[in-house]
Amino acid sequence: MSETVSASKHLIARHAGSALWFARYMERIENLARLLDVTKTFAGDAEGGGNWLSLLRINGDQSAFFAKHAAPEATSVAHFYLVDAENPTSVQTSIRYARENARTLRALISTEMWLQINVFHGRIRELSAIDIAPEELSGVCEMLKEGVQAHTGIIEGTFYRDQCWHFYMMGRHLERADQITRLIDTKFNALLPSATTDAAIDAGEWNALLRAAAGYHAYRREYPHGYVPREVAGFLLLNAAFPRSAGLSLAQLDWHLTTLRSRYHLRGCAPALGRLDHLQTMLASQTVDDILGRGLSPFLDWMQREIAALHEDIVTQLCGG
Amino acid sequence: MRQDGVLADYDPGSLFCEMLRPGQPPHSVLSLLRDRLRLLPIEALRRRAADAERDLLERGITFTVYSDATAIDRILPFDLIPRVITAEEWRTLEAGVIQRVRALNLFLHDVYHDRKILTDGVVPRELVLGNAAYCEAMIGFNPPCGTYVHVCGTDIIRDDAGRFLVLEDNARTPSGVAYVVENRHMTLRVLSDLMTGLHVRSVDEYGLRLHRAMTEIAPSGVSDPQVVLLSPGIFNSAYFEHVFLAREMGVPLVEGEDLRVEDGRVWMRTTAGLAPVHTIYRRLNDDFLDPDVFRPDSHLGVRGLMEAWRRGAVSIANAVGTGVADDKAVYAYMPRIIRYYLGEDAILPNVDTRSCAEPEGLAYTLAHLHELVVKPVAESGGYGLLIGPHASKVELEEFRSRLKANPANYISQPMVNLSVSPTLSDVGVKARHIDLRPFAVTGRDTWVLPGGLTRVALRPGSLVVNSSQGGGSKDTWVLA
Repeated sequence: MSETVSASKHLIARHAGSALWFARYMERIENLARLLDVTKTFAGDAEGGGNWLSLLRINGDQSAFFAKHAAPEATSVAHFYLVDAENPTSVQTSIRYARENARTLRALISTEMWLQINVFHGRIRELSAIDIAPEELSGVCEMLKEGVQAHTGIIEGTFYRDQCWHFYMMGRHLERADQITRLIDTKFNALLPSATTDAAIDAGEWNALLRAAAGYHAYRREYPHGYVPREVAGFLLLNAAFPRSAGLSLAQLDWHLTTLRSRYHLRGCAPALGRLDHLQTMLASQTVDDILGRGLSPFLDWMQREIAALHEDIVTQLCGG
Repeated sequence: MRQDGVLADYDPGSLFCEMLRPGQPPHSVLSLLRDRLRLLPIEALRRRAADAERDLLERGITFTVYSDATAIDRILPFDLIPRVITAEEWRTLEAGVIQRVRALNLFLHDVYHDRKILTDGVVPRELVLGNAAYCEAMIGFNPPCGTYVHVCGTDIIRDDAGRFLVLEDNARTPSGVAYVVENRHMTLRVLSDLMTGLHVRSVDEYGLRLHRAMTEIAPSGVSDPQVVLLSPGIFNSAYFEHVFLAREMGVPLVEGEDLRVEDGRVWMRTTAGLAPVHTIYRRLNDDFLDPDVFRPDSHLGVRGLMEAWRRGAVSIANAVGTGVADDKAVYAYMPRIIRYYLGEDAILPNVDTRSCAEPEGLAYTLAHLHELVVKPVAESGGYGLLIGPHASKVELEEFRSRLKANPANYISQPMVNLSVSPTLSDVGVKARHIDLRPFAVTGRDTWVLPGGLTRVALRPGSLVVNSSQGGGSKDTWVLA
């Protein structure tokens, strides 16, 4: 039998909350970088302005944005998300809070993890308007993605997999589930304004959507014949092998919660597990056609509320509120 | 050998240099080290110093300086040229520190119990009982192992003649030990060729020793005591060290809000609910520990903690009220305190100190102000002190009136020309003054970390080594 992690080693509730948030903020940076990059790449054409606007919709940032900027285009949106330290959804805010949580957890994380966050934080903080000019934007997004991916790799290779790791991983999967439902919701609303599921839509748009979720090539392999809206929705929502699908994120979340309950005897997992069970059943018991037939948007709204409630269940029951 | 490399223009003059050791018999390791430094071009040293600085920033080995609107992470400047202590010197230093810690603990037990030393007139009653750091809540309380000062940092200097002298005892929550270990790691990272083949004593044992002491003082009957480190939080300037110590001990790093007292015991809030806590290594000042007993407005501490401690349900290190022993005015009596409890002379002498609370002391100080160092007893960090020989006429007169207005607040000492060590500066390697703070850990017995923190005054001629006053630090090598 392998040596097991000592179940008697306690995790301070506040630290569990920090681990959860740490992961969420890091995940947000990668996600935003991908969205900006894809929007920039595909906004060269006529629908450019619309694409930038839909990026704002994903985060529900329209009013905050228009309070500061006139029109959504590459420069203003990049400024809003990359250098504006006052914007709570900017990478500046995310890295600041990520580092603060890492600092709180400093005694529990590896030196390599801390060092990388520290350097990454410095690099992001130095970003100026010049660095994010449209022709530089892809390079900056690349730097951001690589920074988070290096972080993810260090997590994989050095994070001791006791309770704290489980909370970190739950934060990652909560954030991914939340982000993918927002992405689908916004894009399907934009792409299917009349709610008809078979309108002819430019392949480039689907292409952009899948790339924004880092799922383009996987989708091509799974569905080589072309784009069918119900297949795209099904892939992003339910696919069991796509790392950012809602279904896979929820399954991972389930595993972490179950492990915390069984190995560490955390009774506080019960409410979240109950809610998660219901959420997974709702996803598994319906086909994509069922969901589209009843309305994709209301379903995604409900999912987002449930994911937020899951986060709350975990925080109030396990992380000391 | 021709002097070049980093020691090319180095000239400490008449000051005692820890590297050149004037008037001492040759020491094979020191000779070898000097040879290596002479072979190291100064450009190479500068390059490595820059590497070290970047490394410290990237690792977040920083302390935070808060001004009106900003918080800046600063590093404690690190000088790569090590300070060396010979095996023989260390034997004296170690014995001297252990002796001092024993005396401090016996003194604290006495002043919180029978007060024999006051009755016998060795230390003035008023100096102890009227001291702001004297804690009524400690009277009659018996801490486990009789230990009050579990972690002690003794500030030691060396004079022109190479004599070690104690400048100050730090018996409350002394800091700096993390730098001792990090400085060593830095040497190994960027300048390991300097150390190759030399037998330098390891500094890696500190966390283990501290944890062992915290286990020894835990309430009796607990088989596997839960130790925690209590920190004021991530905004504290010493937070880096709190993290370091929690990691090295392998214990949770908690803040006041993570602890609570219930049913007379101390608990921590964990993901599984409340879990018992047995020993708290606190890096929070007395005033903030428990709003029921001390500052009612403080949110950093734990309500009811003092009561739980007094009942023996939890142990706290360092004990509350130890400040009465490391007070600058009580310091003057330390040689007599050591003799009183241990029947021995102090192994490490004090700097000759006069208390301005006493009329003779004040008269002497006023008459010799231009040649003395005068310190406020209640300050630390090198603030508010006068260095007579370096002061202007105006400064002397200003200080004279401040001293006369409140003489009891001051002590005076002759100016000691601290020993120097070759240190990299903008204008080459120059002599800079240094001191030494060894760290002693006490549970049942006292253990001293080999070496300690060597602080260096980076400004030319400055005798103030505090980080708040432009000081840096060096790796400290104790030879085996």
